[in-house]
Amino acid sequence: MINQLIFAYFAAVIVVSAVLVITRKNPVHSVMFMLLLFFHIAGVFVLLNAEFLAAVQLIVYAGAILILFLFVVILLSVERESQAARANRFWPWLAGFGLIIAGEIALLVLRGSFPGEGKMAVQVAGAGVRDLGVVLYSKFLVPFEISSVILLVGLIGAVMLAKKKTNE
Amino acid sequence: MTPGSYLPGHFLPVAIFLFVGIAVGVGMLVFSRLVSPRRPYREKLMTYESGITPFSDAHQKFSIRYYIIAMLFLIFDIEAVFLYPWAVAYDRIGLYGLVEMVIFIIILLVGYVYAWKKGALEWE
Repeated sequence: MINQLIFAYFAAVIVVSAVLVITRKNPVHSVMFMLLLFFHIAGVFVLLNAEFLAAVQLIVYAGAILILFLFVVILLSVERESQAARANRFWPWLAGFGLIIAGEIALLVLRGSFPGEGKMAVQVAGAGVRDLGVVLYSKFLVPFEISSVILLVGLIGAVMLAKKKTNE
Repeated sequence: MTPGSYLPGHFLPVAIFLFVGIAVGVGMLVFSRLVSPRRPYREKLMTYESGITPFSDAHQKFSIRYYIIAMLFLIFDIEAVFLYPWAVAYDRIGLYGLVEMVIFIIILLVGYVYAWKKGALEWE
């Protein structure tokens, strides 16, 4: 009972803050509600026994990606964005895509499971950070090292793009 | 696993910590509003700018340089996230894991040296 109440709290705050993100006029306020959203998603991850995902959610999403969002908002003009029109001429398309995604999620919820569930490559019993570390650094060694190459590509791309802008 | 079927009891200290943190912040605001005298006038409500009258809005555009610093921070933040399960599981993966992590960090170090040489870390 109590755990369902906790889940209901997280779910309710996620939905409410997600709506507030897209309805606020001031983009900085939107980013702040997104911070609230990310914190509560981390709470849901904890309830799903996914501690590592909760930590990543806080460190990477709430800590770093949100800062990038905030920087984009500040790089653009907050005042101009606050007064901009709320919707452009593409809004029926966007609403359509949103409905398709919502329909897919509804289908998934009604089916009750992902198609591939139960046939996953690894079934870690504890699913704690420790078990994840052991599997990641012994069995999935190559994907882990490849992830560093992907990060390297991202880093070089970021430097190239940003340096081109500042040299002009 | 369906949401709401599992209660992570060992996260109770985290929940208490969060509650106390929020209570202290909200309590300070509420208590100071209840207790403090409020006699506002124009100068008092003005943004404090080291005693100088503010002459423009603080909401101005930032330089693109902040963005590249944030981007580099994001990359190295993800690197730090990979260090977390590695450190927790270190006693079970041992030397093998150490060599692996050194390779990982050397690959990213290449990018760090590149960013340094390109002057992305310079403020100029």
